[in-house]
Amino acid sequence: MTMIDPQDRSSGTEAPPRYPHRHLLGIEGLTRSDIDNLLDRSDGYVEQNRRADKKNASLRGRTLINLFFENSTRTRTSFELAGKRLGGDVINMSVGTSSIKKGESLIDTAMTLNAMHPDALVVRHGESGAVQLLAQKVNCAVVNGGDGSHEHPTQALLDALTIRRRLGRLEGLEVAICGDVTHSRVARSNIHLLSIMGARVRVVAPPTLLPSGIERMGVEVHHDMRTGLKGCDIVMMLRLQTERMRGSFVPSVREYFRYFGLDEIKLRLAKPDALIMHPGPMNRGVEIDSVVADDIDRSLIREQVEMGVAVRMAVLEALVENQTEPWAKNDPYAAGAA
Amino acid sequence: MRPVLYKNARLLDPTSGLDERGAVLTQGQRILDSGPKLFIDTTTADVDVVDCGGRCLAPGLVDMRVQVREPGEEHMETLTSVQQAAAAGGVTTIATLPNTNPIIDDASLLEFVERRAIEVGLINLHPYAAATKGLRGEQMTEMGLLAESGAVGFTDGEKAIVDSLVMRRALSYSSRLGKPIIQHPEDPALAREGCANEGEIATRLGLSGIPSCAEVMMIERDLRLVRLTGGRYHAAHVSTAEAIQAIAKAKSDGLNVTCDTAPHYFALDEQAILDYRTFARVSPPLRSDADRRAVIKGLADGTIDAIASDHAPQDQDSKRVPFAQAMPGVTGLESLLQISLELAHRKEMPFLDVISRLTHRPAEILGLDYGRIAKGSWADMVIFDLDIGTRIDASKWHTKSKNSAFDGRPVQGRVWRTIHKGQMVFNADAESREDMFGARFAAATAASLEAHAL
Repeated sequence: MTMIDPQDRSSGTEAPPRYPHRHLLGIEGLTRSDIDNLLDRSDGYVEQNRRADKKNASLRGRTLINLFFENSTRTRTSFELAGKRLGGDVINMSVGTSSIKKGESLIDTAMTLNAMHPDALVVRHGESGAVQLLAQKVNCAVVNGGDGSHEHPTQALLDALTIRRRLGRLEGLEVAICGDVTHSRVARSNIHLLSIMGARVRVVAPPTLLPSGIERMGVEVHHDMRTGLKGCDIVMMLRLQTERMRGSFVPSVREYFRYFGLDEIKLRLAKPDALIMHPGPMNRGVEIDSVVADDIDRSLIREQVEMGVAVRMAVLEALVENQTEPWAKNDPYAAGAA
Repeated sequence: MRPVLYKNARLLDPTSGLDERGAVLTQGQRILDSGPKLFIDTTTADVDVVDCGGRCLAPGLVDMRVQVREPGEEHMETLTSVQQAAAAGGVTTIATLPNTNPIIDDASLLEFVERRAIEVGLINLHPYAAATKGLRGEQMTEMGLLAESGAVGFTDGEKAIVDSLVMRRALSYSSRLGKPIIQHPEDPALAREGCANEGEIATRLGLSGIPSCAEVMMIERDLRLVRLTGGRYHAAHVSTAEAIQAIAKAKSDGLNVTCDTAPHYFALDEQAILDYRTFARVSPPLRSDADRRAVIKGLADGTIDAIASDHAPQDQDSKRVPFAQAMPGVTGLESLLQISLELAHRKEMPFLDVISRLTHRPAEILGLDYGRIAKGSWADMVIFDLDIGTRIDASKWHTKSKNSAFDGRPVQGRVWRTIHKGQMVFNADAESREDMFGARFAAATAASLEAHAL
């Protein structure tokens, strides 16, 4: 792993190329080199985060707002740390304290925050497409922190970084994504990212938890863990998202665990050194057995959380360095602007 | 009132199959004479003359599915603005859904709507009444009294009549009145949480889907009940190949069944919702390209009787929100003709058949005497340029809600004049927006301003 000094971007040939997009709304639409760019940057931050002094100044003077319409602990904390370690000012807004409860619309909120001149907004929302809608109304960079069942791009990036650092590559790997694909934004972002990077993806779930037409996203579909896990390098477990379910998708948790929960026996079908991932929070005994989840040789779950901060630092840096003077253009308050 | 001669027109009469150069002479509210051979010496006869300049002259359009928001939500659409939109779109007759606030499930409410409509007086407005009280799908409305007050049919609007027994009795009871039961054909349980057509696009966008069989399931059940009761049934806005097939079969079996579709179901498919375009969220959802082509085929072969705009005004707060939270519906009165003409321009069906689906056929379904250019018929007409190229610009529309799915679309054809009962009610060449709707409307608007002056 080459070490990149994130403090030194002006000179030196190892400086990564500019990230060519204004926002990070999803993995769909990114190219292989966009993803490599973000992962390469992240590698540098992993090292920085392991030092005693974890701070640099690439977001100095910049404001980051975490706007969370859905509950979140790890993603919000991860973004907050990322912003602070880059030297930025970070504000957290969650739905409980915002005026959304007073009936203000998403767009009004966006306009209000926009008028406060943030440099980056991280948005999580319970509805698919909400972050994209909000991004149309603001001048700053927007990072999708998860929207409905659509995308969660930083999760897919941190998963990719975790795999790449452990196995040295993504291309050619066999990855099984298991569980509640229907409601999962993590699954969709990972399917896009892994396919772009040349990995082969299978989804394993009962038919009720697989959305219609999923095979058109380039994945192999399995309804049985025995065939689905066979010979795979990575097993990605998804959380059973009961809070998004309307009505019954599986008869019971106990039956679900019997057929789709990852335990040692089912794991034997994968490659002998197959690795286990989970985006968290885990439901032990629902989709994953404790023994497997806590197996330090095979479980990457804690490493995923660590990589999360690095990836989010890389994303924020890449987006913010694109806007040297963000308020110079597209300023609705500037004279002459529409 | 002096007679008016509309000369130098391409006359289009779907009932007689007439498509020829000719003229129309109107006297008062009726057509006095018309045809290719009609000649009046304008130097001696006491008539006003309108030179149509070779434009098409067809019966005024009959839009059998329009939502008005008055009473109750006048900020989205009023009985005035909806008539302006209709007139600007060449529509001289609309049938309105009962899903206002209050719901039109009582004769006195129905008569209120009719009276307000006549006060505006730009076009003919015929309300539907609710099929069940409060649109709750439980108890039948007073269909006899409502029909007597002028209801042209019974419908629960955007809600399906779900209970089989209620549907059976509604079909059975209304059969003696000769008025159709108009169904929003969609299985509500399958559609409950969905907002897009089930399939790859919904999956990619992370939206919950509605399977296309939700439509045919409801229609097939209803058709069984039509067989049982001998009722008069109309399926609104059919959008899937399978539903059209089921209706074709029922028609060939001799059932008294009709259906309509809306322009977005033959001019758009589910790709229109990419980027979460809430203005393309409609109910039922936009379907696959194969379904879209089946709708065109159904229109061409006559399985689908009518094209209705399914005009559904929504305000910004209902549309500028995440897709799944957006209210379904598009405003379509002012693009109905233009989008429908695409069928003729692309030679997907004969020109006169397109006109028939927009005029005579829907009038026939509703038992109304509109949709003809013939001696003695109502002088309700639209005069339009067939070929002129333009672009739909919803910001210039007269409806209060600009939620068009076609904004910015290049189209061929434009309404030039709309005539309602012999009066010009829309003039595309008027100097200002106020003058577009004719002298009578301008005077009425001025009088109403006067009446409300403080």
